[in-house]
Amino acid sequence: MAAPVTPRARMPIDVERERRRAGRRHVAGRVTLYVTAIVFALLAAFPFLWGVITSFKADKDLYKVTNNPFTFNEPPTFKHVAYLFTSTPFLTFVKNTAIVGAFVVLITLLLGLPAAYALARLDMKWGGALGIGIFFVYLVPPSLLFISLSRLVAILHLQDSKLALILIYPTITVPVSVWLLIGFFRAIPKDIEEQAMVDGFSRFAAFWRIAVPLAFPGIVAVVVFAFTLSAHEFIYALAFDADAANTTLSVGVPTVLIRGDVFFWQSLQAASILVAIPIAFVFNLLLERFISGFTMGAVKG
Amino acid sequence: MAETAAPSSTAVGERPLKAMTKAGFADRERLLARVMLLPSIVYIVALVAIPFFVAIAYSVSDVTTGNASYDFVGLRQYRTIVEDAVFRKALWNTLIFTALTMVLVVVFGKILALVLTSEFRGKWVVRFLVLLPWTTPVALATVNWLWLLDSLFSPIDWLLRQYGLLGDPSALFGASQHLTYLGKPHLAQASVIAVQAWRLIPLAAVIMMAGITAIPHELHDATEVDGAGAWRSYWEVTFPLTLPIMAVATLFGAILTFTDMTVVRVLTNGGPLHSTEVLASWAYTKGIGGGDLGQGAAIALFLFPLLLAAAVLILQAVKRMEVL
Repeated sequence: MAAPVTPRARMPIDVERERRRAGRRHVAGRVTLYVTAIVFALLAAFPFLWGVITSFKADKDLYKVTNNPFTFNEPPTFKHVAYLFTSTPFLTFVKNTAIVGAFVVLITLLLGLPAAYALARLDMKWGGALGIGIFFVYLVPPSLLFISLSRLVAILHLQDSKLALILIYPTITVPVSVWLLIGFFRAIPKDIEEQAMVDGFSRFAAFWRIAVPLAFPGIVAVVVFAFTLSAHEFIYALAFDADAANTTLSVGVPTVLIRGDVFFWQSLQAASILVAIPIAFVFNLLLERFISGFTMGAVKG
Repeated sequence: MAETAAPSSTAVGERPLKAMTKAGFADRERLLARVMLLPSIVYIVALVAIPFFVAIAYSVSDVTTGNASYDFVGLRQYRTIVEDAVFRKALWNTLIFTALTMVLVVVFGKILALVLTSEFRGKWVVRFLVLLPWTTPVALATVNWLWLLDSLFSPIDWLLRQYGLLGDPSALFGASQHLTYLGKPHLAQASVIAVQAWRLIPLAAVIMMAGITAIPHELHDATEVDGAGAWRSYWEVTFPLTLPIMAVATLFGAILTFTDMTVVRVLTNGGPLHSTEVLASWAYTKGIGGGDLGQGAAIALFLFPLLLAAAVLILQAVKRMEVL
């Protein structure tokens, strides 16, 4: 620093300098933020963005090494996307995924709602231990169980049937849903149910007619989460349901479409993107809810 | 609650009505709790707990899909698989892939969480795009990567050639026109790690966002009053407070990486020459592909100690969060 000056003489210059420095720092911070955000967005979406371009490319354009892969060197065509719908089992996979997902969501709610309510509200000896137990079950992965479960599926004669997946997938969705729902039930003020019981509701009626409707945001989160998890699942679907007529998108697209005769990269890219966009859209709508559910249920549990 | 009613039970006639209904109510509550929990518990025991113990029983037997009669063989299956070079490769890969993926996930997940908790224009679009890798079914996203890493038509190769980094004797990546990412062991391994990190960074970021948003605003205000800048406020307030949730995000990511076989199965199918084989994919190949349930179960069970360690660490991190 320069020679000492009296504080009073220093101040105006200093404030001005500080303000400018803060301003510069602010601008630099904003620029860094925008650049980082854009780089992340491009890296995350790169396989999909390029997939969208690929979906509409003509064969002549796509299969030429020297062509710029990011532009249309030949007129774009809708042919391969149409092919996906008309000449491949893609729509069957969509239908199977929807059926399996719907039943899994239903079973998850039927099992998860009462269990979560009991753990969140009702006085129990083993409540704490059960909560931790559910957490451990949540961490047991399909890759540890698929061998014994594939025997079970064989014994029950459910191979290549959607029933196998409907029966098994709730093992993945129930623990995580109970975990999320506990948080949502705890967030409801106790007084509301107690008042209802004073007014003559039974405890079960208080659960079913008061707590469940109030936990509606949590139920929406569980529906989305359980459906997505069952659409994501790969190992069980591969081990139990590799048959083209009954398998889900997750296994159907990479095995049936790639390993079979169908080898149109344009159609494959389109298949993935047509699934990715709607799921991402719904998740974005629910992200805040998911984050608050996570802090409420899991962290502050 | 039942205890509160106990002292007055000696004189039945004088027992206050309120205590009686309270005790009865508590009993009914307890019964209701059991009834509400029972379906879930029965279901989980039948389809998670029992299959887990069946897997252990299989691992000490010679059961195959062809011959389902159960013969106890002790630790023979474990000895056989441990002597197998492919198994050792798979075990090593599982550990290395998980460790490297987690380094990437922590660093980039943290940065992404900070970006997504800031306010800026066009945030909705950025959020939509960065969440895509996490929300898309893994197997489908890997199909996109399969094409991105194609041996002939990879656009990454094309970009490298455009900038003179490939396809020229003096180029950084060599004279060949193509890097054939999935055809060479080291590049194939790097590709698997890249895809795993790519799909898990958004999940880690979302969990860390939950931690950042949970920090009370008063704390930031207090540090600001004390004259701390953004940088100091971050390192001295935000960072220590979000440390446990970073641990949770990391451990979740670790579990999802080392138990996953989807990326390997779709991207490389374990190849080339088993160089990307992991425990889950090898257990599948042996147990379902080869029909050797005993060996498959034994291989899969090697995941268990790792899993248990991760679970215990998560619980400890969560406990530390509750202290706050």
